[in-house]
Amino acid sequence: MLEIKGLEVKLEEEDKQILKGVDLKVGAGEVHAIMGPNGSGKSTLSYVLSGRGGYEVTGGSATLDGIDLLDMEPEERAASGLFLAFQYPVEIPGVGNMTFLRTAVNAQRKARGEDEMSAADFLKLVRSKAKDLKIDADMLKRPVNVGFSGGEKKRNEILQMAMLEPKMCILDETDSGLDVDAMRLVSDGVNALRSPDRGFLVITHYQRLLDHIKPDVVHIMAAGRIIKTGGPELALEVENNGYAGILEEVA
Amino acid sequence: MAKSNALMQLKADATALRLAGLTLPPGATWAQEARQQALGRVTAMGLPHRRDEYWRYTDPATLTVAEAAEAAVLVADESPVFGDIDALQIVFVDGVFDAEASDDLTMTGLEVDRLATATTKDIHWAKDLYGVLEARGQSPVERTLAAFNTAFATDGVVIRATAKVAKPVRLLYLHADPTSDVVLHHVIRVEPGADLTVLEGGPAAARLSKVMEVDVADGGAFHHVRSQGRDHERRAHTHTFARLGAESTFKFFTLTVNGRLTRNECVIELTGNDAIAHVAGACVGDGKDFVHDDTVFITHDAERCESRQVFKKVLRNGATGVFQGKILVKAGAQKTDGYQISQSLLLDDDSQFLAKPELEIYADDVACSHGSTSGAIDDTALFYLRSRGVPAKAATDLLTLAFLAEALEEIEDDRLAEDLRDRLEAWMARRS
Repeated sequence: MLEIKGLEVKLEEEDKQILKGVDLKVGAGEVHAIMGPNGSGKSTLSYVLSGRGGYEVTGGSATLDGIDLLDMEPEERAASGLFLAFQYPVEIPGVGNMTFLRTAVNAQRKARGEDEMSAADFLKLVRSKAKDLKIDADMLKRPVNVGFSGGEKKRNEILQMAMLEPKMCILDETDSGLDVDAMRLVSDGVNALRSPDRGFLVITHYQRLLDHIKPDVVHIMAAGRIIKTGGPELALEVENNGYAGILEEVA
Repeated sequence: MAKSNALMQLKADATALRLAGLTLPPGATWAQEARQQALGRVTAMGLPHRRDEYWRYTDPATLTVAEAAEAAVLVADESPVFGDIDALQIVFVDGVFDAEASDDLTMTGLEVDRLATATTKDIHWAKDLYGVLEARGQSPVERTLAAFNTAFATDGVVIRATAKVAKPVRLLYLHADPTSDVVLHHVIRVEPGADLTVLEGGPAAARLSKVMEVDVADGGAFHHVRSQGRDHERRAHTHTFARLGAESTFKFFTLTVNGRLTRNECVIELTGNDAIAHVAGACVGDGKDFVHDDTVFITHDAERCESRQVFKKVLRNGATGVFQGKILVKAGAQKTDGYQISQSLLLDDDSQFLAKPELEIYADDVACSHGSTSGAIDDTALFYLRSRGVPAKAATDLLTLAFLAEALEEIEDDRLAEDLRDRLEAWMARRS
């Protein structure tokens, strides 16, 4: 599904290489986790895949179902089925959450040559998905993420994911800023979306999220490369011993 | 402020040249006197010049010359603004009252007359207001174009509301002649406890001079929402002079779309305690020839009054936006609550926003605040929207509308706000 080969990325504005040849393959139905110390390039990878500006790809490739992601605009990547749950969801004053969701859903449908969803169908769908995530009517009415707590913002990300039904979901530190209850709510939301034809790439610092969202594969990223890949036990090793041992072992 | 003799002479000469050959319209004695006095003000102050303090950002030359520049008539591809609102409609075509297109001018709680008729009557209530509020508004800042309007206006409406009026009065200004040079003058009196809404829409003319004098008596309420027409080359300078009595309300919103030069001046005097004045505007401009200027002067001369100014401009392709807003709090106007915000969204590096917020306060127990910002579309928000599948243009439009939404929220009637929002969306849709 998602295939990254030798991806090299530098900052556009300065001569700083962030990713130095990332190789990664997430198959349909799989959940992969990426862990790694601060500054290892995890968030950069998520941004480059989703098309944020400010980065320059200097080598390698990234494809989704064989289609070159890096050549597309962010909105085209989204319509092709890529979704990034932001580490810091953006506040947009003046745009109602509901309007935002509906615009996004219909824009993607239009891009794929599908009919727009009727207002009634949309309302029904959004209400049922919101209920699962304990998102009340008020949160749907308010401007996007404005005045939302940390947990509300993350739940709102998962709601968008549920509404857009992407093929490939990237979760960038979705656990940051969440208390135990919120983490469970968000994880349940993610787990509900797990399906044989959907892939997940979960970026996190902590094992605890992976207790809830059980990964099939765990990657350790350091200094712009995947340095070790293993099963769920790798995350436990990090939790118990930190990154030092793994870094030494690879060096 | 002392002006240089050279500038004074320059203005005097230009004014004499402009007035040469013009004669004051005929009318009843009171009207003739009002016009004569207004002409006296024009001569004494002189027509505005680029070097005048309040015309530094907007060149008045095309407004003061004798000949109005041509402005192509836009063939509208949409229904007239506020057309779906049940209202008493009054139509002017190139500044001339169109009886056929207008509704019957009688309605409960309302007295409506054409200015052309009122000024021929020996006795008319409008005589206490015509040119009176305009004259009061000439100090401390000169507004000579308004005095010129008082001197030469022959048409307009005079409206007196004596009760809560059931439906709004809608003034529709059609533009038919590409060379029309129009002077309109309205006088509005809201009697104690009465409540009136006036809607205005349409481009009016190639060049429009419009003055509206509004006197809101104690406990009266006046709501005013207008949309200035889309014609690309039109020019307009409008003045609204309002005097507010105790516990009265004045709420005014303007949407400006296109036009080559628009100068909207609003002069409000809060003269009775506990009065409320809200003035707001949204403007969208495209192209280097576009200049839009909001010049507001609010005087607090009573206790516990509230004033609020909210102005937002979206500018692209080299458009220019100007905001000059002042709150003057006189000695004794204690517990004044004054607020002012002016913001621009610059969609490219060529556009500019020139803002001059001013506070002048002589009372010691007041709360006044002002702010002004200029910025581009927020890249982070834009990426967030695009990452959800919203195409770049649609995302930019959504953020642009969101920027203007705060100004539109100043409109109390949702139907009116919705109508204007639709027009803004259409404006953006026309630009790819």
